[in-house]
Amino acid sequence: MLRVSGGGRDRVNPWTYVLLAVLLIPFLFPLGWMFLSSLKSQVQNTAYPPLWVFSPTLGNYREVFQKNPFFTFTVNSLVVALGSTGLALLLGLPGAYAIARFKRTGIALAILTARIAPGIGYLIPWFILFTKAKMIDTYAALILTHLIVALPLVLWVMIGFFEDVPGDLIESARIDGCTHFAAFLRIALPLAKPGIVATGILAFIFSWNNFLFSLIIAGFKTRTLPIAVYSFLSYEEINWGGLTAAATVITLPVLLLALLVQKHIVRGLTLGALKG
Amino acid sequence: MRHLGTGWSRFVERHPVPVFTLPSVVAVALLMAFPVAYTLYMSVHSWYASSLTSPQFTGLGNFRRAFFEDDRFRNALWLTVYFTALATALQLVLGVSLALVLNRPFRGKGLVRSVFLLPMVATPVAIALVWMMMYNPTLGVMNYLVGLAGLGPYRWVSNAAIVVPALAIVDTWEWTPLITLITLAGLATLPIEPYESALIDGASVTQMFWRITLPLLRPTIIVALLFRAIDCLKTFDIIYVMTQGGPGFASETLNVYTFQVGLFYFHIGYASSLLVILFALVLGVSLLLIKVRRGAW
Repeated sequence: MLRVSGGGRDRVNPWTYVLLAVLLIPFLFPLGWMFLSSLKSQVQNTAYPPLWVFSPTLGNYREVFQKNPFFTFTVNSLVVALGSTGLALLLGLPGAYAIARFKRTGIALAILTARIAPGIGYLIPWFILFTKAKMIDTYAALILTHLIVALPLVLWVMIGFFEDVPGDLIESARIDGCTHFAAFLRIALPLAKPGIVATGILAFIFSWNNFLFSLIIAGFKTRTLPIAVYSFLSYEEINWGGLTAAATVITLPVLLLALLVQKHIVRGLTLGALKG
Repeated sequence: MRHLGTGWSRFVERHPVPVFTLPSVVAVALLMAFPVAYTLYMSVHSWYASSLTSPQFTGLGNFRRAFFEDDRFRNALWLTVYFTALATALQLVLGVSLALVLNRPFRGKGLVRSVFLLPMVATPVAIALVWMMMYNPTLGVMNYLVGLAGLGPYRWVSNAAIVVPALAIVDTWEWTPLITLITLAGLATLPIEPYESALIDGASVTQMFWRITLPLLRPTIIVALLFRAIDCLKTFDIIYVMTQGGPGFASETLNVYTFQVGLFYFHIGYASSLLVILFALVLGVSLLLIKVRRGAW
Protein backbone atom coordinates (compact mmCIF):
# COMPACT_ATOMS: atom_id res chain seq x y z
CA MET A 1 0.00 0.00 0.00
CA LEU A 2 0.88 3.61 0.11
CA ARG A 3 4.17 4.53 1.73
CA VAL A 4 4.50 7.65 3.80
CA SER A 5 7.75 9.37 4.83
CA GLY A 6 10.44 7.15 6.24
CA GLY A 7 9.35 4.02 4.41
CA GLY A 8 11.73 4.64 1.55
CA ARG A 9 14.85 3.78 3.55
CA ASP A 10 13.65 0.34 4.63
CA ARG A 11 15.27 -2.79 3.31
CA VAL A 12 13.40 -4.06 0.27
CA ASN A 13 11.07 -6.91 1.10
CA PRO A 14 12.00 -9.92 -1.09
CA TRP A 15 8.33 -10.66 -1.63
CA THR A 16 8.18 -7.37 -3.52
CA TYR A 17 10.00 -9.03 -6.39
CA VAL A 18 7.60 -11.96 -6.46
CA LEU A 19 4.74 -9.48 -6.54
CA LEU A 20 6.44 -7.53 -9.34
CA ALA A 21 6.85 -10.65 -11.44
CA VAL A 22 3.19 -11.57 -10.97
CA LEU A 23 2.11 -8.07 -12.00
CA LEU A 24 4.42 -7.74 -14.98
CA ILE A 25 3.99 -11.18 -16.57
CA PRO A 26 0.52 -10.42 -18.04
CA PHE A 27 1.99 -7.43 -19.86
CA LEU A 28 4.88 -9.42 -21.26
CA PHE A 29 2.98 -12.60 -22.01
CA PRO A 30 1.36 -11.80 -25.41
CA LEU A 31 4.63 -10.55 -26.88
CA GLY A 32 6.47 -13.51 -25.40
CA TRP A 33 3.84 -15.87 -26.79
CA MET A 34 4.22 -14.25 -30.20
CA PHE A 35 7.95 -14.93 -30.09
CA LEU A 36 7.53 -18.51 -28.81
CA SER A 37 4.95 -19.29 -31.50
CA SER A 38 7.28 -17.97 -34.17
CA LEU A 39 9.76 -20.68 -33.15
CA LYS A 40 7.20 -23.51 -33.34
CA SER A 41 6.29 -25.69 -36.30
CA GLN A 42 2.69 -25.70 -37.51
CA VAL A 43 2.11 -29.01 -35.70
CA GLN A 44 3.49 -27.57 -32.46
CA ASN A 45 1.39 -24.43 -32.88
CA THR A 46 -1.82 -26.40 -33.26
CA ALA A 47 -1.18 -28.65 -30.26
CA TYR A 48 -3.65 -28.48 -27.39
CA PRO A 49 -2.98 -27.96 -24.55
CA PRO A 50 -0.43 -25.42 -25.80
CA LEU A 51 3.21 -26.48 -25.71
CA TRP A 52 5.46 -24.64 -23.28
CA VAL A 53 8.56 -26.72 -23.87
CA PHE A 54 9.45 -27.68 -27.43
CA SER A 55 12.42 -27.88 -29.77
CA PRO A 56 12.58 -24.49 -31.48
CA THR A 57 12.96 -23.99 -35.22
CA LEU A 58 13.89 -20.97 -37.30
CA GLY A 59 11.97 -22.46 -40.23
CA ASN A 60 9.18 -19.90 -40.02
CA TYR A 61 11.58 -16.99 -40.40
CA ARG A 62 13.29 -18.68 -43.33
CA GLU A 63 9.94 -19.34 -44.97
CA VAL A 64 8.64 -15.81 -44.45
CA PHE A 65 11.73 -14.26 -45.99
CA GLN A 66 11.88 -16.73 -48.87
CA LYS A 67 8.22 -16.76 -49.86
CA ASN A 68 7.56 -13.03 -49.57
CA PRO A 69 9.33 -9.91 -50.78
CA PHE A 70 9.87 -8.97 -47.16
CA PHE A 71 12.88 -6.91 -48.07
CA THR A 72 10.75 -4.73 -50.38
CA PHE A 73 8.11 -4.28 -47.66
CA THR A 74 10.83 -3.26 -45.21
CA VAL A 75 12.28 -0.74 -47.67
CA ASN A 76 8.78 0.66 -48.27
CA SER A 77 8.14 1.02 -44.54
CA LEU A 78 11.54 2.65 -44.06
CA VAL A 79 11.11 5.14 -46.92
CA VAL A 80 7.68 6.21 -45.70
CA ALA A 81 8.63 6.40 -42.03
CA LEU A 82 11.91 8.24 -42.62
CA GLY A 83 10.31 10.52 -45.21
CA SER A 84 7.38 11.56 -43.07
CA THR A 85 9.52 11.90 -39.93
CA GLY A 86 12.13 14.00 -41.73
CA LEU A 87 9.52 16.26 -43.31
CA ALA A 88 7.66 16.65 -40.03
CA LEU A 89 10.85 17.70 -38.25
CA LEU A 90 11.85 20.08 -41.04
CA LEU A 91 8.46 21.78 -41.13
CA GLY A 92 7.60 21.49 -37.46
CA LEU A 93 10.78 22.38 -35.57
CA PRO A 94 10.86 26.11 -36.46
CA GLY A 95 7.14 26.34 -35.74
CA ALA A 96 7.41 24.61 -32.37
CA TYR A 97 10.34 26.87 -31.46
CA ALA A 98 8.44 30.05 -32.30
CA ILE A 99 5.29 28.90 -30.48
CA ALA A 100 7.33 28.06 -27.37
CA ARG A 101 9.51 31.16 -27.45
CA PHE A 102 6.82 33.71 -28.26
CA LYS A 103 3.99 31.91 -26.42
CA ARG A 104 1.58 31.66 -29.33
CA THR A 105 -0.59 28.93 -27.86
CA GLY A 106 -3.51 29.83 -30.13
CA ILE A 107 -1.76 28.20 -33.09
CA ALA A 108 -0.95 25.19 -30.95
CA LEU A 109 -4.57 24.72 -29.89
CA ALA A 110 -5.72 24.64 -33.51
CA ILE A 111 -3.21 21.90 -34.16
CA LEU A 112 -4.41 19.94 -31.15
CA THR A 113 -7.85 19.70 -32.74
CA ALA A 114 -6.13 17.75 -35.48
CA ARG A 115 -5.24 15.12 -32.90
CA ILE A 116 -8.89 14.74 -31.88
CA ALA A 117 -10.35 14.34 -35.38
CA PRO A 118 -10.77 10.73 -36.57
CA GLY A 119 -8.15 9.54 -39.05
CA ILE A 120 -10.73 8.35 -41.57
CA GLY A 121 -11.87 11.97 -41.88
CA TYR A 122 -8.48 12.80 -43.36
CA LEU A 123 -8.19 9.56 -45.24
CA ILE A 124 -11.36 9.75 -47.36
CA PRO A 125 -10.73 13.20 -48.92
CA TRP A 126 -7.07 12.38 -49.56
CA PHE A 127 -8.05 9.04 -51.05
CA ILE A 128 -10.43 10.75 -53.50
CA LEU A 129 -7.82 13.36 -54.39
CA PHE A 130 -4.98 10.86 -54.78
CA THR A 131 -7.21 8.66 -56.95
CA LYS A 132 -7.93 11.60 -59.25
CA ALA A 133 -4.25 12.60 -59.33
CA LYS A 134 -3.25 8.95 -59.95
CA MET A 135 -1.09 9.06 -56.86
CA ILE A 136 -2.44 5.97 -55.09
CA ASP A 137 0.38 3.51 -54.42
CA THR A 138 3.13 6.15 -54.46
CA TYR A 139 5.61 7.02 -51.74
CA ALA A 140 4.62 10.70 -51.99
CA ALA A 141 0.99 9.97 -51.14
CA LEU A 142 1.94 7.69 -48.26
CA ILE A 143 4.41 10.17 -46.83
CA LEU A 144 1.85 12.99 -47.02
CA THR A 145 -0.81 10.98 -45.19
CA HIS A 146 1.65 9.82 -42.54
CA LEU A 147 2.63 13.48 -42.11
CA ILE A 148 -0.92 14.09 -40.84
CA VAL A 149 0.08 12.10 -37.75
CA ALA A 150 3.73 13.13 -37.54
CA LEU A 151 3.46 16.91 -37.89
CA PRO A 152 1.06 17.61 -34.99
CA LEU A 153 3.12 15.20 -32.90
CA VAL A 154 6.39 17.01 -33.63
CA LEU A 155 4.83 20.42 -33.06
CA TRP A 156 3.21 19.57 -29.76
CA VAL A 157 5.94 17.50 -28.20
CA MET A 158 8.67 19.89 -29.33
CA ILE A 159 6.89 22.93 -27.91
CA GLY A 160 7.47 21.35 -24.51
CA PHE A 161 11.11 20.58 -25.21
CA PHE A 162 11.80 24.10 -26.54
CA GLU A 163 10.12 25.56 -23.45
CA ASP A 164 12.72 23.67 -21.40
CA VAL A 165 15.54 25.54 -23.19
CA PRO A 166 16.60 28.36 -20.83
CA GLY A 167 15.36 31.68 -22.21
CA ASP A 168 18.41 33.48 -20.78
CA LEU A 169 20.76 31.70 -23.16
CA ILE A 170 18.76 32.82 -26.15
CA GLU A 171 18.42 36.35 -24.77
CA SER A 172 22.15 36.76 -24.30
CA ALA A 173 22.84 35.41 -27.79
CA ARG A 174 20.35 37.93 -29.13
CA ILE A 175 22.13 40.74 -27.27
CA ASP A 176 25.40 39.53 -28.81
CA GLY A 177 23.87 40.19 -32.21
CA CYS A 178 22.52 36.75 -33.07
CA THR A 179 19.57 36.81 -35.47
CA HIS A 180 16.40 34.90 -34.54
CA PHE A 181 17.32 32.27 -37.08
CA ALA A 182 20.87 31.88 -35.78
CA ALA A 183 19.61 31.67 -32.20
CA PHE A 184 17.24 28.87 -33.26
CA LEU A 185 19.88 27.03 -35.29
CA ARG A 186 22.92 27.40 -33.03
CA ILE A 187 21.42 27.48 -29.55
CA ALA A 188 17.89 26.12 -29.36
CA LEU A 189 18.36 23.13 -31.69
CA PRO A 190 21.53 21.75 -30.06
CA LEU A 191 20.08 22.20 -26.57
CA ALA A 192 16.84 20.48 -27.54
CA LYS A 193 18.64 17.62 -29.28
CA PRO A 194 17.58 14.83 -26.88
CA GLY A 195 14.00 15.97 -27.33
CA ILE A 196 14.37 16.06 -31.11
CA VAL A 197 15.78 12.54 -31.16
CA ALA A 198 12.97 11.27 -28.94
CA THR A 199 10.29 13.01 -30.99
CA GLY A 200 11.81 11.80 -34.24
CA ILE A 201 11.84 8.23 -32.98
CA LEU A 202 8.23 8.52 -31.86
CA ALA A 203 7.14 9.90 -35.23
CA PHE A 204 9.05 7.05 -36.88
CA ILE A 205 7.30 4.47 -34.67
CA PHE A 206 3.86 5.91 -35.42
CA SER A 207 4.52 5.78 -39.14
CA TRP A 208 6.06 2.30 -38.97
CA ASN A 209 3.01 1.04 -37.05
CA ASN A 210 0.44 2.87 -39.18
CA PHE A 211 -2.26 0.58 -40.49
CA LEU A 212 -5.28 2.66 -41.52
CA PHE A 213 -3.65 5.09 -43.96
CA SER A 214 -1.35 2.53 -45.53
CA LEU A 215 -4.20 0.04 -45.93
CA ILE A 216 -5.92 2.42 -48.36
CA ILE A 217 -3.10 4.46 -49.89
CA ALA A 218 -0.45 1.76 -50.32
CA GLY A 219 -0.85 -0.61 -53.23
CA PHE A 220 1.16 -3.47 -54.57
CA LYS A 221 4.33 -1.42 -55.14
CA THR A 222 4.48 0.49 -51.88
CA ARG A 223 2.96 -2.05 -49.49
CA THR A 224 4.30 -1.47 -45.99
CA LEU A 225 5.03 -4.16 -43.38
CA PRO A 226 1.79 -3.94 -41.34
CA ILE A 227 -0.29 -4.24 -44.51
CA ALA A 228 1.85 -7.14 -45.70
CA VAL A 229 1.32 -8.98 -42.42
CA TYR A 230 -2.39 -8.22 -42.55
CA SER A 231 -2.62 -9.67 -46.05
CA PHE A 232 -1.06 -12.95 -44.83
CA LEU A 233 -4.19 -13.37 -42.72
CA SER A 234 -6.40 -13.94 -45.72
CA TYR A 235 -4.75 -17.28 -46.50
CA GLU A 236 -7.16 -20.19 -46.25
CA GLU A 237 -5.31 -22.03 -43.55
CA ILE A 238 -3.68 -19.68 -41.12
CA ASN A 239 0.00 -20.45 -40.74
CA TRP A 240 0.51 -19.23 -37.19
CA GLY A 241 4.25 -19.84 -37.15
CA GLY A 242 4.81 -17.73 -40.26
CA LEU A 243 2.43 -15.01 -39.10
CA THR A 244 4.02 -14.68 -35.69
CA ALA A 245 7.48 -14.72 -37.26
CA ALA A 246 6.45 -11.81 -39.48
CA ALA A 247 4.81 -10.04 -36.54
CA THR A 248 7.98 -10.47 -34.49
CA VAL A 249 10.14 -9.10 -37.29
CA ILE A 250 8.06 -5.94 -37.67
CA THR A 251 7.62 -5.35 -33.93
CA LEU A 252 11.18 -5.91 -32.78
CA PRO A 253 12.74 -2.74 -34.28
CA VAL A 254 9.97 -0.62 -32.76
CA LEU A 255 10.44 -2.13 -29.31
CA LEU A 256 14.19 -1.52 -29.46
CA LEU A 257 13.74 2.09 -30.61
CA ALA A 258 11.20 2.73 -27.88
CA LEU A 259 13.57 1.44 -25.22
CA LEU A 260 16.17 3.95 -26.44
CA VAL A 261 13.90 6.90 -25.70
CA GLN A 262 11.83 5.37 -22.94
CA LYS A 263 11.98 8.44 -20.73
CA HIS A 264 10.11 10.47 -23.33
CA ILE A 265 7.54 7.98 -24.60
CA VAL A 266 4.72 8.95 -22.24
CA ARG A 267 5.36 12.61 -22.98
CA GLY A 268 5.09 11.87 -26.67
CA LEU A 269 2.00 9.72 -26.37
CA THR A 270 0.19 12.47 -24.47
CA LEU A 271 1.48 15.21 -26.79
CA GLY A 272 3.64 16.69 -24.06
CA ALA A 273 0.77 17.02 -21.60
CA LEU A 274 2.07 14.48 -19.10
CA LYS A 275 5.35 12.91 -18.12
CA GLY A 276 5.71 9.32 -17.04
CA MET B 1 21.23 39.74 -54.32
CA ARG B 2 22.93 41.12 -51.28
CA HIS B 3 20.18 43.67 -50.92
CA LEU B 4 17.52 40.97 -51.22
CA GLY B 5 19.33 38.92 -48.58
CA THR B 6 19.48 41.69 -46.02
CA GLY B 7 15.88 42.60 -46.75
CA TRP B 8 14.84 39.03 -46.02
CA SER B 9 16.86 38.84 -42.81
CA ARG B 10 15.41 42.14 -41.69
CA PHE B 11 11.94 40.76 -42.40
CA VAL B 12 12.68 37.63 -40.33
CA GLU B 13 14.02 39.81 -37.52
CA ARG B 14 10.88 41.91 -37.49
CA HIS B 15 8.36 39.12 -37.89
CA PRO B 16 9.88 35.95 -36.42
CA VAL B 17 6.59 34.29 -35.49
CA PRO B 18 4.92 34.28 -38.92
CA VAL B 19 8.14 33.26 -40.65
CA PHE B 20 8.99 30.43 -38.26
CA THR B 21 5.46 29.07 -38.06
CA LEU B 22 4.70 29.46 -41.76
CA PRO B 23 5.92 26.01 -42.87
CA SER B 24 3.94 24.15 -40.24
CA VAL B 25 0.85 26.31 -40.58
CA VAL B 26 0.79 25.92 -44.36
CA ALA B 27 1.38 22.16 -44.07
CA VAL B 28 -1.32 21.73 -41.44
CA ALA B 29 -3.72 23.84 -43.49
CA LEU B 30 -3.10 21.80 -46.63
CA LEU B 31 -3.02 18.40 -45.00
CA MET B 32 -5.87 18.90 -42.57
CA ALA B 33 -7.96 21.93 -43.42
CA PHE B 34 -8.69 20.60 -46.91
CA PRO B 35 -10.03 17.25 -45.64
CA VAL B 36 -12.07 18.99 -42.94
CA ALA B 37 -13.67 21.36 -45.45
CA TYR B 38 -14.27 18.48 -47.85
CA THR B 39 -15.87 16.33 -45.15
CA LEU B 40 -18.14 19.16 -44.01
CA TYR B 41 -19.19 19.84 -47.61
CA MET B 42 -19.81 16.17 -48.36
CA SER B 43 -21.73 15.61 -45.13
CA VAL B 44 -24.68 17.56 -46.53
CA HIS B 45 -24.49 15.86 -49.93
CA SER B 46 -25.24 12.46 -51.37
CA TRP B 47 -22.43 11.15 -53.54
CA TYR B 48 -20.79 7.84 -54.38
CA ALA B 49 -17.14 7.87 -55.41
CA SER B 50 -18.05 5.56 -58.27
CA SER B 51 -20.88 7.72 -59.62
CA LEU B 52 -20.51 9.96 -62.64
CA THR B 53 -22.95 12.61 -61.45
CA SER B 54 -21.94 15.45 -59.19
CA PRO B 55 -22.88 15.44 -55.48
CA GLN B 56 -26.56 16.10 -54.73
CA PHE B 57 -27.31 18.54 -51.93
CA THR B 58 -29.41 16.81 -49.28
CA GLY B 59 -29.21 19.22 -46.38
CA LEU B 60 -29.42 17.31 -43.13
CA GLY B 61 -30.79 14.25 -44.92
CA ASN B 62 -27.73 12.12 -44.15
CA PHE B 63 -27.98 12.90 -40.45
CA ARG B 64 -31.71 12.22 -40.40
CA ARG B 65 -31.09 8.92 -42.10
CA ALA B 66 -28.38 7.98 -39.59
CA PHE B 67 -30.39 8.71 -36.47
CA PHE B 68 -33.86 7.66 -37.62
CA GLU B 69 -33.49 5.03 -40.33
CA ASP B 70 -30.11 3.36 -40.00
CA ASP B 71 -30.12 0.53 -37.46
CA ARG B 72 -26.52 -0.26 -38.28
CA PHE B 73 -25.51 3.30 -37.31
CA ARG B 74 -27.39 3.19 -34.04
CA ASN B 75 -25.79 -0.17 -33.27
CA ALA B 76 -22.36 1.30 -34.10
CA LEU B 77 -22.95 4.34 -31.92
CA TRP B 78 -23.94 2.17 -28.96
CA LEU B 79 -20.99 -0.19 -29.46
CA THR B 80 -18.59 2.76 -29.61
CA VAL B 81 -19.87 4.09 -26.30
CA TYR B 82 -19.92 0.58 -24.77
CA PHE B 83 -16.38 -0.27 -25.89
CA THR B 84 -15.02 3.11 -24.75
CA ALA B 85 -16.72 3.04 -21.36
CA LEU B 86 -15.64 -0.54 -20.68
CA ALA B 87 -12.04 -0.15 -21.89
CA THR B 88 -11.35 3.19 -20.19
CA ALA B 89 -12.95 2.05 -16.91
CA LEU B 90 -10.86 -1.14 -16.90
CA GLN B 91 -7.69 0.78 -17.71
CA LEU B 92 -8.36 3.42 -15.11
CA VAL B 93 -9.01 1.00 -12.23
CA LEU B 94 -6.23 -1.41 -13.19
CA GLY B 95 -3.76 1.33 -14.07
CA VAL B 96 -4.17 3.31 -10.86
CA SER B 97 -4.18 0.16 -8.68
CA LEU B 98 -1.00 -1.08 -10.32
CA ALA B 99 0.66 2.28 -9.74
CA LEU B 100 -0.29 2.23 -6.06
CA VAL B 101 1.12 -1.27 -5.66
CA LEU B 102 4.31 -0.38 -7.54
CA ASN B 103 4.81 2.84 -5.60
CA ARG B 104 7.16 1.22 -3.08
CA PRO B 105 10.91 0.97 -2.84
CA PHE B 106 12.52 -1.71 -4.99
CA ARG B 107 15.42 -1.99 -7.36
CA GLY B 108 14.81 -2.11 -11.09
CA LYS B 109 12.23 0.63 -11.58
CA GLY B 110 13.71 1.25 -15.02
CA LEU B 111 13.05 -2.35 -15.97
CA VAL B 112 9.42 -2.02 -14.90
CA ARG B 113 9.03 1.03 -17.09
CA SER B 114 10.62 -0.76 -20.04
CA VAL B 115 8.20 -3.66 -19.70
CA PHE B 116 5.23 -1.29 -19.50
CA LEU B 117 6.28 0.56 -22.65
CA LEU B 118 6.25 -2.52 -24.85
CA PRO B 119 2.47 -3.01 -25.24
CA MET B 120 2.02 0.70 -26.04
CA VAL B 121 4.53 0.86 -28.86
CA ALA B 122 4.23 -2.63 -30.35
CA THR B 123 2.78 -2.64 -33.87
CA PRO B 124 -1.04 -2.85 -33.52
CA VAL B 125 -1.39 -5.30 -36.41
CA ALA B 126 1.06 -7.64 -34.67
CA ILE B 127 -0.81 -7.23 -31.38
CA ALA B 128 -4.10 -8.01 -33.07
CA LEU B 129 -2.61 -11.13 -34.67
CA VAL B 130 -1.22 -12.51 -31.43
CA TRP B 131 -4.48 -11.93 -29.61
CA MET B 132 -6.43 -13.59 -32.43
CA MET B 133 -4.22 -16.59 -31.99
CA MET B 134 -4.53 -16.52 -28.21
CA TYR B 135 -8.33 -16.16 -28.51
CA ASN B 136 -8.64 -19.10 -30.91
CA PRO B 137 -11.67 -21.06 -29.57
CA THR B 138 -10.17 -24.54 -30.01
CA LEU B 139 -6.40 -24.12 -29.78
CA GLY B 140 -5.89 -20.75 -28.14
CA VAL B 141 -3.85 -20.33 -25.01
CA MET B 142 -6.48 -18.04 -23.42
CA ASN B 143 -9.00 -20.87 -23.10
CA TYR B 144 -6.23 -23.03 -21.67
CA LEU B 145 -5.36 -20.35 -19.09
CA VAL B 146 -8.92 -19.58 -18.02
CA GLY B 147 -9.49 -23.35 -18.01
CA LEU B 148 -6.85 -23.68 -15.29
CA ALA B 149 -9.10 -21.43 -13.20
CA GLY B 150 -12.06 -23.62 -14.03
CA LEU B 151 -13.63 -21.16 -16.47
CA GLY B 152 -14.58 -21.32 -20.11
CA PRO B 153 -14.02 -22.37 -22.78
CA TYR B 154 -15.15 -19.16 -24.45
CA ARG B 155 -15.41 -18.30 -28.12
CA TRP B 156 -14.01 -14.80 -27.39
CA VAL B 157 -14.10 -12.65 -30.53
CA SER B 158 -16.16 -15.25 -32.40
CA ASN B 159 -19.03 -14.88 -29.95
CA ALA B 160 -21.26 -11.86 -30.58
CA ALA B 161 -22.21 -11.67 -26.91
CA ILE B 162 -18.66 -11.19 -25.61
CA VAL B 163 -16.74 -9.81 -28.59
CA VAL B 164 -16.73 -6.23 -27.26
CA PRO B 165 -15.37 -7.17 -23.81
CA ALA B 166 -12.81 -9.44 -25.51
CA LEU B 167 -11.64 -6.49 -27.64
CA ALA B 168 -11.68 -4.20 -24.61
CA ILE B 169 -9.30 -6.66 -22.91
CA VAL B 170 -6.85 -6.23 -25.80
CA ASP B 171 -7.08 -2.44 -25.57
CA THR B 172 -6.69 -2.67 -21.80
CA TRP B 173 -3.59 -4.80 -22.17
CA GLU B 174 -2.17 -2.22 -24.57
CA TRP B 175 -2.97 0.92 -22.61
CA THR B 176 -3.19 0.18 -18.87
CA PRO B 177 0.59 0.81 -18.72
CA LEU B 178 0.04 4.41 -19.83
CA ILE B 179 -2.25 5.12 -16.87
CA THR B 180 0.15 3.30 -14.53
CA LEU B 181 3.22 5.23 -15.67
CA ILE B 182 1.43 8.57 -15.52
CA THR B 183 0.03 7.81 -12.06
CA LEU B 184 3.44 6.66 -10.83
CA ALA B 185 4.98 9.92 -12.04
CA GLY B 186 2.19 11.81 -10.28
CA LEU B 187 2.70 9.85 -7.03
CA ALA B 188 6.40 10.72 -7.06
CA THR B 189 5.61 14.43 -6.94
CA LEU B 190 3.05 14.30 -4.10
CA PRO B 191 3.88 16.54 -1.12
CA ILE B 192 4.55 14.81 2.19
CA GLU B 193 3.01 17.38 4.55
CA PRO B 194 -0.68 16.42 4.10
CA TYR B 195 0.17 12.81 5.02
CA GLU B 196 2.14 13.87 8.07
CA SER B 197 -0.73 15.93 9.43
CA ALA B 198 -3.17 13.14 8.54
CA LEU B 199 -1.04 10.66 10.48
CA ILE B 200 -1.03 12.95 13.49
CA ASP B 201 -4.81 13.15 13.21
CA GLY B 202 -4.89 9.35 13.23
CA ALA B 203 -6.17 8.83 9.69
CA SER B 204 -6.10 5.29 8.27
CA VAL B 205 -4.27 4.38 5.06
CA THR B 206 -7.58 3.97 3.24
CA GLN B 207 -8.75 7.38 4.41
CA MET B 208 -5.51 8.98 3.27
CA PHE B 209 -5.89 7.39 -0.14
CA TRP B 210 -9.43 8.68 -0.68
CA ARG B 211 -8.99 12.06 0.99
CA ILE B 212 -5.44 13.04 -0.01
CA THR B 213 -3.87 10.89 -2.72
CA LEU B 214 -6.82 10.67 -5.06
CA PRO B 215 -7.77 14.37 -5.00
CA LEU B 216 -4.13 15.37 -5.56
CA LEU B 217 -3.75 12.93 -8.44
CA ARG B 218 -7.10 13.81 -9.98
CA PRO B 219 -5.91 16.37 -12.57
CA THR B 220 -3.18 14.03 -13.83
CA ILE B 221 -5.46 11.01 -13.98
CA ILE B 222 -8.16 12.93 -15.83
CA VAL B 223 -5.75 14.09 -18.53
CA ALA B 224 -4.62 10.47 -18.95
CA LEU B 225 -8.26 9.43 -19.13
CA LEU B 226 -8.91 12.14 -21.72
CA PHE B 227 -6.30 10.70 -24.05
CA ARG B 228 -7.58 7.17 -23.54
CA ALA B 229 -11.21 8.15 -24.14
CA ILE B 230 -10.33 10.01 -27.35
CA ASP B 231 -8.38 7.05 -28.69
CA CYS B 232 -10.89 4.42 -27.57
CA LEU B 233 -13.70 6.22 -29.39
CA LYS B 234 -11.57 6.08 -32.54
CA THR B 235 -10.12 2.56 -32.10
CA PHE B 236 -9.70 0.99 -35.51
CA ASP B 237 -6.66 -1.22 -36.01
CA ILE B 238 -7.27 -4.03 -33.53
CA ILE B 239 -11.01 -4.21 -34.23
CA TYR B 240 -10.60 -4.20 -37.99
CA VAL B 241 -7.85 -6.81 -38.01
CA MET B 242 -9.42 -9.11 -35.42
CA THR B 243 -13.11 -9.03 -36.33
CA GLN B 244 -13.73 -6.54 -39.16
CA GLY B 245 -16.72 -5.48 -37.09
CA GLY B 246 -18.10 -9.01 -36.72
CA PRO B 247 -19.43 -11.50 -35.96
CA GLY B 248 -22.30 -9.93 -37.89
CA PHE B 249 -22.12 -6.33 -36.73
CA ALA B 250 -21.44 -7.20 -33.09
CA SER B 251 -18.19 -5.23 -32.86
CA GLU B 252 -18.79 -2.68 -35.61
CA THR B 253 -17.98 0.59 -33.87
CA LEU B 254 -18.61 3.95 -35.51
CA ASN B 255 -15.09 4.21 -36.88
CA VAL B 256 -15.23 0.74 -38.43
CA TYR B 257 -18.72 1.36 -39.84
CA THR B 258 -17.63 4.69 -41.33
CA PHE B 259 -14.66 2.96 -42.92
CA GLN B 260 -16.99 0.41 -44.53
CA VAL B 261 -19.45 3.06 -45.74
CA GLY B 262 -16.75 5.32 -47.15
CA LEU B 263 -14.04 3.01 -48.39
CA PHE B 264 -15.94 -0.20 -49.07
CA TYR B 265 -19.32 1.05 -50.37
CA PHE B 266 -17.74 4.36 -51.48
CA HIS B 267 -20.74 6.31 -50.22
CA ILE B 268 -18.66 9.40 -49.52
CA GLY B 269 -21.54 11.73 -48.62
CA TYR B 270 -23.00 9.46 -45.95
CA ALA B 271 -19.55 8.51 -44.60
CA SER B 272 -18.77 12.22 -44.21
CA SER B 273 -21.87 12.78 -42.09
CA LEU B 274 -20.90 9.81 -39.93
CA LEU B 275 -17.46 11.38 -39.51
CA VAL B 276 -19.02 14.65 -38.39
CA ILE B 277 -21.04 12.71 -35.80
CA LEU B 278 -17.96 10.78 -34.62
CA PHE B 279 -15.95 13.99 -34.37
CA ALA B 280 -18.75 15.64 -32.39
CA LEU B 281 -18.77 12.65 -30.04
CA VAL B 282 -15.00 12.75 -29.49
CA LEU B 283 -15.05 16.54 -29.03
CA GLY B 284 -17.99 16.31 -26.63
CA VAL B 285 -16.26 13.71 -24.46
CA SER B 286 -13.04 15.77 -24.51
CA LEU B 287 -14.78 18.97 -23.42
CA LEU B 288 -16.65 17.06 -20.72
CA LEU B 289 -13.43 15.66 -19.28
CA ILE B 290 -11.70 19.05 -19.47
CA LYS B 291 -14.63 20.48 -17.51
CA VAL B 292 -14.33 17.71 -14.93
CA ARG B 293 -10.61 18.43 -14.65
CA ARG B 294 -11.24 22.08 -13.91
CA GLY B 295 -13.40 20.93 -11.05
CA ALA B 296 -16.68 22.17 -12.47
CA TRP B 297 -18.23 19.00 -11.06
